[in-house]
Amino acid sequence: MASTRTGAGGRPRRFPPEASILMVLIGLALAFELLGWIFVGQSFLLNEQRLVVMILQVSVIGIIAVGVTQVIITGGIDLSSGSVVALTAMVAASLAQSSDAARAVYPSLTDMPVLVPVLAGLAGGAAAGLLNGTLIAGTSIPPFIATLGVMVTARGLAKWYTHGEPVSMLTDRYADIGGGALPVMIFLATALIFHIALRYTRYGKLTYAIGANPQAARVAGIPVARHLIAVYTIAGTLSGLAGIVTSARAVSGQAGMGTMYELDAIAAAVIGGASLAGGVGRITGTVIGTMILGVVTSGFTFLRIDAYYQEIVKGAIIVVAVIADQYRQRA
Amino acid sequence: MRNVAGDGWLLEVRNVCKAFPGVVALDDVSVRLGRGTVHALSGENGAGKSTLMKIVAGVYAPDAGELLLNGRDLRLRSPRDALNCGIAMIHQELNLMPCMSVAENIWIRREPINALGLISHRELKRRTRALLERLRIDIDPEAEVRTLPVAARQMVEIARALSYESQLLIMDEPTSALCERDAEHLFAIIRELKGQGKGILYITHRLEELFEIADELSVLRDGRYVGGGTPATLTREAIVRMMVGRELPPAAPVGEARRGAVLLAARHLTLERHFRDVSFELHAGEILGIAGLVGSGRTRLAEALFGLTRASSGRLSIGDREVKLDSPQSAISHGLAFVTEDRKESGCFLTLSVLENLEISVLHGDFVRCGFVRTRAVSEACTAMCALLRVKTPDLHEPIGNLSGGNQQKVLIGRCLLTRPKILILDEPTRGVDVAAKAEIHQLISRLVGEGTAVLLISSELPEILGMSDRIMVMREGRVTGILERAEADQVKIMDLAAA
Repeated sequence: MASTRTGAGGRPRRFPPEASILMVLIGLALAFELLGWIFVGQSFLLNEQRLVVMILQVSVIGIIAVGVTQVIITGGIDLSSGSVVALTAMVAASLAQSSDAARAVYPSLTDMPVLVPVLAGLAGGAAAGLLNGTLIAGTSIPPFIATLGVMVTARGLAKWYTHGEPVSMLTDRYADIGGGALPVMIFLATALIFHIALRYTRYGKLTYAIGANPQAARVAGIPVARHLIAVYTIAGTLSGLAGIVTSARAVSGQAGMGTMYELDAIAAAVIGGASLAGGVGRITGTVIGTMILGVVTSGFTFLRIDAYYQEIVKGAIIVVAVIADQYRQRA
Repeated sequence: MRNVAGDGWLLEVRNVCKAFPGVVALDDVSVRLGRGTVHALSGENGAGKSTLMKIVAGVYAPDAGELLLNGRDLRLRSPRDALNCGIAMIHQELNLMPCMSVAENIWIRREPINALGLISHRELKRRTRALLERLRIDIDPEAEVRTLPVAARQMVEIARALSYESQLLIMDEPTSALCERDAEHLFAIIRELKGQGKGILYITHRLEELFEIADELSVLRDGRYVGGGTPATLTREAIVRMMVGRELPPAAPVGEARRGAVLLAARHLTLERHFRDVSFELHAGEILGIAGLVGSGRTRLAEALFGLTRASSGRLSIGDREVKLDSPQSAISHGLAFVTEDRKESGCFLTLSVLENLEISVLHGDFVRCGFVRTRAVSEACTAMCALLRVKTPDLHEPIGNLSGGNQQKVLIGRCLLTRPKILILDEPTRGVDVAAKAEIHQLISRLVGEGTAVLLISSELPEILGMSDRIMVMREGRVTGILERAEADQVKIMDLAAA
């Protein structure tokens, strides 16, 4: 996955593939810095609080993107992440209500230890991922269709769970998960764990091999179906984790949470160099891709530009970043 | 040299140079092609043959030098340009659209149109039928390409190139996917095209073919023209020396069969529609060759032995135990290994490095601790394997896609050998591999057999089968039609058993 470029004397030199996308991140940040001095009269980067908020805003996307990157490396796609965030947010929140809640979902299960809603959220995510994986590995439906089905179903389940009512009045211990910089820590820890897993473990090697050539993987004796189920289950579990963080930050569970998160997560992975053709992608790239999304969002807010323009430009940046990356790889 | 039309050359390539980042692919190469002749280009993988062909076909523009077609300056901006000038190329990798019919593939973007401006399927079919009849190719114009065997697809590709009524045809290893009989058919077509005054540039690795159809030969090595002439005036050895630039290792030693105990025994193996009632025994220290035409069920049999598909009936035993192999994992754990016939399709992980391609089948046992790959141990084992197989690569981290076909094949064999197999199944192990690498692979197989490995060798090249095997099993339409000892086997006997 290291890109090869011919240096002086005809000997190939290797650059980490993230180098170019890191330049894009730095370039964007500097552009906002410059525009900040011109239009707002203050620094964009030299503001600790803004930086924390910036990463905080994208850490949920980042957690999902770590899972989605692995799915993309296998040559698949996961469209269900956003809906799974909503479903797990609802389930976790319903088990995290305090006894002050007027109409608790489970009146007998209030003031539970924080571990209960957390495990329930993770288990819900894992179950959704297991369903994705089983559908994909066990039948010949393409991942796009399988996860599209689960996406719609999970959103429906999230609404059905309380008939559309938000779940509020959560315990302080639960809300703490979303407080301070903890979501950022969770994001970075997740990224680190799976960066190591992809690079240094058997799990990672098999993931790349299956994505690079599923047929060759089978011939080489890799248990392809079992491994795909594992990868989708991990991605689902991470969506569950994102659902926990989301509901803890909002101190409530709502069925509309996480809408379009799956697309932001896919964008982060692809900006970070993951190839939808499979076999290519790195967590470090995905982290940088996530940061790029964060810089764009907070940069526009900082410049006080309308949210409409933000989306228009974000779309363009995703496409341009990927085109630039492909040029670099061909050069 | 013969030049049927008499007036000048059909194609002249003069002093062409082409460099890619880091490599000079062609250095001052000149080639001339007369009308009604076949000019063969030979050389090892990476010698520059394909680059030269692609320049003539308009895929690449040369950095220096010029092309002349019928004595006139030729500047091509795209493959489409080349087609319009009457130059058609048949690529080594098939470029057909699998989900479209034969007729649609052949006439793509030139479909006949009816009064309403829509595609006339009746006319399309009629034209295709006429074209295929003229070439004596027996394929249904309405068949979807993906349902056709490889040989038939190759024929469709050839028909498509000819449908442009080109004066110059470029063929890049057209026989590499064909069996002997289909190759003969192709040669008949080529002779007919020569008779019509068309010129053919022909790349091949198979020396036999040079003598069979080439009128003129040019050998390239490292991007330079190193020699050539009329094949009739050249010996096989002289050509090989030009291609390789050194003497080849001696041909695989033909030791007496060191046949040991029976390692693998198949009894009445059957897979509906593919093979039926196949029984044979494979001994330690022997090579059992499997000959047969494309479609005779050889590959399916190999896949069933390796657990990739399940035979519908019959029994299989390894050593003295009966086994059920329902996945490659179980086959590998019983000491089997399999090198597939299609490197690109089911062999290589093209986006991954040499190391990652080698290690993938041994990521368990001693090489993994608590899920973590023991990087040092694995790369030591892989380095040793690369040295053993003489894989030419800058280092283990080179993407395998940058290696030549022969070196990719060695890596795939290396992947199998790392699992320390007792039984090695090789399906076309030297397809698309240059002469030098081929000789090395043959030597390696002989050495493994000498160490007691049992080898099942499937090959469409009869000289390879005859030269390597201790015994030869011939298949026809899914049935075993005979098992010959080396001493009694020859090309005629095998073809008798293989052809209907």
